Amino acid sequence: MNLVESLERQMATPNPNVPDLSVGDTVRVHVRIVEGDRERIQPFQGTIIRMRNGKSAGASFTVRRIASNGIGVERTFLLYSPRVERVEVMRHAKVRRAKLYFLRELSGRAARLKERRD
Amino acid sequence: MKGILGRKVGMTQIYQQDGTVVPVTVVEAGPCFVTQLRLPERDGYRAVQLGFGPAKIKHLSKGQQGHLATAGVPQLRHLREVRTREDEVYTLGERILVDVFEPGERVDIQGTSKGRGFAGVVKRHHFAGGPHTHGQSDRERAPGSIGACATPGRVWKGQKMPGQLGNKQTTVQNLEVVLVDPERNLLAVRGSVPGPKGALVLIRGVRKQRVAKGG
Repeated sequence: MNLVESLERQMATPNPNVPDLSVGDTVRVHVRIVEGDRERIQPFQGTIIRMRNGKSAGASFTVRRIASNGIGVERTFLLYSPRVERVEVMRHAKVRRAKLYFLRELSGRAARLKERRD
Repeated sequence: MKGILGRKVGMTQIYQQDGTVVPVTVVEAGPCFVTQLRLPERDGYRAVQLGFGPAKIKHLSKGQQGHLATAGVPQLRHLREVRTREDEVYTLGERILVDVFEPGERVDIQGTSKGRGFAGVVKRHHFAGGPHTHGQSDRERAPGSIGACATPGRVWKGQKMPGQLGNKQTTVQNLEVVLVDPERNLLAVRGSVPGPKGALVLIRGVRKQRVAKGG
């Protein structure tokens, strides 16, 4: 392990409220939003379509959800950011690729993923 | 001015408590040794010579070995000088560690930039190059005109032309120290630092103090 990695491990400690995530999971992410000096927690629920940079300090994951009117909204969160308060995994899915970009082209019933129970 | 020599380790990100992400460069700085004191009486100026990095004896000349033995320090690979003020006291052979710096402080970092060889004018001076279409050939990365006609009848001095780019001493000023880890001799500064990973860098106190507005 090189020095940068070991420093990253030390600085970016995993959040105990964030379980192991994987692509295809349906999650509810609770993010801390800072507005001026007020702070509140906003949930964002959707499917993880991408996990990036594994264990490095810059690791992130992207959640896609279908907002009203069937408009897709994607939001990327930094895995080790203190602003990610908590992540709940609602459902795992059986997926066969690392990035689920194909979901962007699909909508409605076609955009469903098969559930994985284990 | 205080200073220390180090080796650039690489870049990463650090989260602050409020969740902001700071891009940082990690430098393995020190331990350094004071190998010589430059005094006005003898040398005409005041400075400390710092040494850094373990070296095998076979890599040092007899002259270098003797110079280091006088200071009573281990074999060191790199020597650099840092100018000092009268009120700064250094002793010969003194060990200097990263803890001379503390988070929040500003520093200047000097290193050798990455060498890019003989570079054209587009890469070296950010020229726009020529048009790609309209019947052009061989003009995409050309510099264009380099001067006028009979007046002045020559090319101006300082005209930007192709040539060596990088591999040159570069100083980045006013970088914020974000983190100091005395246990592992690590220092993290906000922003980038010249040179490739593993390159020697010199970290010094800031040369230009920032003056408050209207000050």
